[in-house]
Amino acid sequence: MTQIVSTNEFVIKFANVNGSGSASANQMFAKGIFRSGVPVSPKNIFPSNIQGLPTWFEVRISEKGYLGRTEGVDIAVAMNPQSYNEDLREINSGGYLIYDSSWKRDFERTDINIIEIPLTKLCVEEFSNPKTRLLFKNIVYVGALSYLLGMDKEIYETLIAEQFKGKEKLIAPNIKALNIGYDYASENLKGSCEIKVNKSEKTKGMILTSGNDASGLGCVYGGATVCAWYPITPSTSLAEAFTDYSEKLRIEEETNKNKYAIIQAEDELAAIGMAIGANWNGARAFTATSGPGISLMSEFLGLAYFAEVPLVVFDIQRGGPSTGMPTRTQQSDVLSCAYASHGDTKHVLLIPSNPKECFEFAAEAFDLADRIQTPIIILSDLDLGMNDWSCPEFEWDDSKTYDKGKVLHAKDLEEIENFGRYLDVDGDGIPYRTYPGAHSEKGAYFTRGTSHDEYARYTEDGVVNARNLSRLLKKYQTASDMVPGPIFNQETNSSPLGVIYFGSTEASMQEALDKLHEEGIVLDAMRIRAFPFNLEVWEFIEDHDLLFIVEQNRDGQMRTLVMAEGGIIPDKLVSILCFDGQPITADFISNKMSSHITGSPSKSASGGK
Amino acid sequence: MTYIVKPKNHHPDLERNELGLTRRDYEGSISSLCAGCGHDSISAAILEACFQLNISAHRVAKLSGIGCSSKAPAYFLNQAHGFNSVHGRMPSIATGANLANHELMYLGISGDGDTASIGIGQFVHAARRQLNVVYIVENNGTYGLTKGQFSATNDLESKSKYGEDNLFPPIDLAAMAIQLGASFVARSFSGDKNQLIPLLKASMKHKGFSFLDVISPCVAFNNHSTSTKSYDYIREHNESVSETDFVPLGKEITASYDEGESVQVPLHDGSLISLEKLSKDFDPSNKSSSLAKINKAEEEGKVLTGLLYINTEAKDLKEILNVVDKPLNQLNEKDLCPGTKKLKEINKDLS
Repeated sequence: MTQIVSTNEFVIKFANVNGSGSASANQMFAKGIFRSGVPVSPKNIFPSNIQGLPTWFEVRISEKGYLGRTEGVDIAVAMNPQSYNEDLREINSGGYLIYDSSWKRDFERTDINIIEIPLTKLCVEEFSNPKTRLLFKNIVYVGALSYLLGMDKEIYETLIAEQFKGKEKLIAPNIKALNIGYDYASENLKGSCEIKVNKSEKTKGMILTSGNDASGLGCVYGGATVCAWYPITPSTSLAEAFTDYSEKLRIEEETNKNKYAIIQAEDELAAIGMAIGANWNGARAFTATSGPGISLMSEFLGLAYFAEVPLVVFDIQRGGPSTGMPTRTQQSDVLSCAYASHGDTKHVLLIPSNPKECFEFAAEAFDLADRIQTPIIILSDLDLGMNDWSCPEFEWDDSKTYDKGKVLHAKDLEEIENFGRYLDVDGDGIPYRTYPGAHSEKGAYFTRGTSHDEYARYTEDGVVNARNLSRLLKKYQTASDMVPGPIFNQETNSSPLGVIYFGSTEASMQEALDKLHEEGIVLDAMRIRAFPFNLEVWEFIEDHDLLFIVEQNRDGQMRTLVMAEGGIIPDKLVSILCFDGQPITADFISNKMSSHITGSPSKSASGGK
Repeated sequence: MTYIVKPKNHHPDLERNELGLTRRDYEGSISSLCAGCGHDSISAAILEACFQLNISAHRVAKLSGIGCSSKAPAYFLNQAHGFNSVHGRMPSIATGANLANHELMYLGISGDGDTASIGIGQFVHAARRQLNVVYIVENNGTYGLTKGQFSATNDLESKSKYGEDNLFPPIDLAAMAIQLGASFVARSFSGDKNQLIPLLKASMKHKGFSFLDVISPCVAFNNHSTSTKSYDYIREHNESVSETDFVPLGKEITASYDEGESVQVPLHDGSLISLEKLSKDFDPSNKSSSLAKINKAEEEGKVLTGLLYINTEAKDLKEILNVVDKPLNQLNEKDLCPGTKKLKEINKDLS
């Protein structure tokens, strides 16, 4: 029997039953590896269900820092008989299957190593309460794994103590469960696993957090005071993170009152309406949603665009169309966000790739919204938003002040003879605004979604309306210089071939480029971080003969955007598309690109085209 | 025709209020609504109420949805910011605006199409959240701007101008508001300024969700002899629950009523709303009594007007959410940003 031998580079996948309390144990397992100094990317692969259906937790461990999803599993912890067959199939040859051998069974595959641990029996012997037995079973396998992988058990003891801080009586039984697993493995399973975790320093200066948690914190730092939202997977945890962080960081000491207001609205329409009303009135407000919510919010997005009200919207994309795959990931709202709402509308998009950027873009979005006076949509996705990532620590500059944009206060208005809400005074397309209540005689105007002139007065004069629409376009061009520019994977371009990618695809991209490099294929790579595209994006496209655009949707939406906005000929842009709801892998990207370049058939065809 | 500018000069002897302002100072642009539209009378009543209460117009925000009613905010209080939003969504705009700065007075102007149909969800939730707003439905039972379709408040027996039957029963927004927990609910008639102005003044001084269902005949599409929202019909069928008077803070109550017939309800700032009850079985502080009275009037084919329900004890949204007293739109980096030191602690927790 061959055994996979590997240190600090492997994939472990836990198969559990939804609602069995496995998620926190699995998360603790991943955190333990992170604490050992090795980067991890845990992924919760869960059904749209509360209890009973199969759920998986996949952890990639990579000292090299390759944190994208990868096909194949090196260690499967199969805790759910319902999914044994599926779980068995995914294991790489020479890999390991750990299962609860309280009920022994045979497995069809002979090329893998079966590791038997009688988890239920061990728990029945040691714990009397049937409910806690079930929960402790999860901790027992974490204990066993820490032995099998040659890890420092103390790391998990510390993690248990941290997790149950404030509920001290739970610490001892959890540590007992950990030891049951560890001791069983050390007595019975010596030498049965050749995959190891060795201590490293690679996670120094790093944190383990999710994009949604980071975004919620970014909203706190960016000065958001009003959050209106409606529950929808996978964006809910963003509003919840804002709530949790606000409760910790935003209470007025003297009065114990909140320096924020959070409303769970009756629907997405009301949620965005509240955010618009608050921004109109000079507070920083946001909403968070996913694709179906963007559809519902589109009318209001058009109003905010046309009436020029600042607004921040998070779209944590999931599998579409329609209700689609609510618990799977995609990047399929690019076009519906870029052009949301009827009439000629274009919106500013920010596209973060990792939690640190989620934090930074969230905070920056409020400045941009105020400066440009328009909706800013932050396009994240389920994989980035809901899963934890090893990423660099958050940073903040204490000298930073909030840029509220062109706002005229009472004393400014005193000095102004002629206030026109939509007058292009500075020639950049961005007009001046006033907050309600600012001045007793000057600065009041009527905000409306109907056609209006420079003084916010209703007009049916087509020339005036066209003039306003043209100014909005000028403002949009101004915005392209304000948004974050692209990131390049190389210092200087060295290939006639380029690849464009964005968002959570970043996790797999460098690995894909490295694989291609091994094959002798060199590509220049650019990560788009915002729309409208700025000059650097167009220059990169100009500088290459052929460009791949890697996307997690069916229709090549970013490619459409690049073609439409830049007049780029379609033949120059080749789509690499993954849309099976699973995060895109480096193998998928490199195989597709390699076969296109060499003309050989693609090795992997699943999940895309 | 809101761009038509009214002449600014006016007679020097016009009456002035305590702010030294005349009624002209509370005007808006020239109305583009039909001559005789009830909505213009409501605008005039709002103007009068603000004048009499010495309200600074710029400390008011006028919010609306879509429809004839929602155009009306352009026709009063030019010095107030206005927001003509999208159809049926005024309550959410008002909610956000109010959370951003609770110090302004929010006037939400809506219509029966805007509130009873497309916007009923937002109306319902703004009421149950006790949003501090004066929410006025200018109720004409018809879709005026789209030329005379029935609205959801039109009475079952009321025929259209073209003789069509109305197939569905009406929604009584005032009864609904009471059930939803609105803390101030009144119904009035655009043609009865003696009743409407005191009710408006009281609603403006009330803290919480103040709802006014104002029957406002549509002269173009719903003022015919077979309509139950015409001037003639409402005048004939109007039954007032009380004679209402608003007594500002510090003013002596001059009206005298028979014992047991008069109620003085103190509002949050110490002013009073004084009601001369016209019927003994009615108690405006009791939900069931109010609803019973509304139902009974409906059975008798009458339109019940006046202050239908009031509860001055209810907390408003800001209090429920325990939001700080300084308006959120005035908080700055120092108030809001936790800074690097806290961020380092957070980083530590996440590593």
